[in-house]
Amino acid sequence: MTERFDSVVVGAGPAGIAAAYTMAKAGLSVLVLEKGEKPGAKNMFGGVIFRHHTEKLAPEFWKTAPIERHVVEYQYWFLSKQSHVLVSHRNQKFNEEYNAFTVHRAKFDPWFAKLAEDAGAVIINRTTADDVLKEDGRIVGVTTERGNVLADVVVAADGVNSMLAKQAGLREETPEGATVLAVKEVIALPRQKIEDRFNLGADEGVAALLVGFGPGMHAGFMYTNRDTLSIGIGVDMRDLDKSKQRPNDLFEEFKAHPSIAPLIKDGDLKEYSAHLIPEGGYDYVSNVSTDGMLVAGDAAMLVNAINWEGTNLAMTSGILAGETVVEAKKKRDFSSRSLDTYRQRLENSFVLQDLKKYRDVPKFFEANPHFFTEYPDMMNDLFYMWHVVDDELKANRIKRMKGYVFKRRSRLSVLKDAYHLWRLFS
Amino acid sequence: MSAQRTLSITDKLYRNRYKVDEESHLWIKDAKMCLKCPFDFACIRVCPTDVYKWEENKITITYDACVECGACRIACYDVGWKNPKGGFGISYKYG
Repeated sequence: MTERFDSVVVGAGPAGIAAAYTMAKAGLSVLVLEKGEKPGAKNMFGGVIFRHHTEKLAPEFWKTAPIERHVVEYQYWFLSKQSHVLVSHRNQKFNEEYNAFTVHRAKFDPWFAKLAEDAGAVIINRTTADDVLKEDGRIVGVTTERGNVLADVVVAADGVNSMLAKQAGLREETPEGATVLAVKEVIALPRQKIEDRFNLGADEGVAALLVGFGPGMHAGFMYTNRDTLSIGIGVDMRDLDKSKQRPNDLFEEFKAHPSIAPLIKDGDLKEYSAHLIPEGGYDYVSNVSTDGMLVAGDAAMLVNAINWEGTNLAMTSGILAGETVVEAKKKRDFSSRSLDTYRQRLENSFVLQDLKKYRDVPKFFEANPHFFTEYPDMMNDLFYMWHVVDDELKANRIKRMKGYVFKRRSRLSVLKDAYHLWRLFS
Repeated sequence: MSAQRTLSITDKLYRNRYKVDEESHLWIKDAKMCLKCPFDFACIRVCPTDVYKWEENKITITYDACVECGACRIACYDVGWKNPKGGFGISYKYG
């Protein structure tokens, strides 16, 4: 069987669906191939869906979409072995204008996919695109186990492990340094318990980032859902490889932390999942266009690890890819010259502007892992010293605290770290 | 004490939903390389679901436990990795 479409989109995640929706709405014939039994079946994240960018496709989507909770509080945990320092921001404004929503991807993604379907795209589940189909050096479709699909443009939104981007020669094998392995559990707890433990009202949610455990650049995350918690860790692949520790062991260690364990106590494990996150930043963004093909979302390595943004970059890159194809269709020009405008659109949008802004951040933290290890430790020790009440005079206490800091990090290195951080973000 | 802490990886994976294919989507490209593995068995170490084991001088692959994260593929170029056939493999209920 060989079918022909204006565009075939591979992957029914946020990027693929945004692209399919954009093209179908403009009247193009669009086929979406999803390898899972339904959209979302292969997807997991430690993350949220953002109101601002999702509304560009579906105004007031939270009224009908299967969302879990809207985020009213952002927490930053700095862990040490048996303690933590917690910086948290809760704001009623997040109740007045929603900012982000926790969701289960296996529930949200099928709903999101329906948007594209309603706009006229055809979605076929349980179909893996095995390879790109080439003719005279240009990509003309994809091969699947059910036959070939021909299209003027293939939109590869096939996720972080994108086989198509590699087959098209747009991406090299993913380097370890560009990826973080996330391991996550969905843990069921009664709704009231979640709201009590996290001090939440009905439908309110927390998004938490935790650093300061394990041997390297590790981060933990927690998201409150309606009657489950999403909890996980992200481990830099290089650190994981070097540390010789197993991901599940690191995860268990994290969950057993005396500050974390009470939050998940008596919970019932519903699902154990793992996924790679392309956190390498701007320098690892793949080539995104060639004759007959565009790449969007995780497949193009579009994740902003600093602000924990991913789904919005995926949706926006999908929209921009879709718009590029719509314009190419008008000109009847699907050559790389025509499709290369996609890169420019990305460069002009927040997607690559933001990644470019943070271009040097991943390298900086890689060279300075003490931000993830030593500093959280020191914060905890300092808070502890400050709060212990005994006979020590405060003048001595403060002197001792200063001495403690500069014994662990020289004055110069503390100053340098402060300066570099300032430079990185300004 | 938290209910999860005692669960082994195998117990955890029982909570997941899979549709298992008869054919593996993972393979070792050159088994001879494993005998002198230059990466200290990175495939075994980085896998979050215990897919790889060293048994009788070769890597064995329990592909039906795989959640398709791709960590092994990145850690070692001798790992052959492709997407499972459509509809097969992990099928998240939550995600």
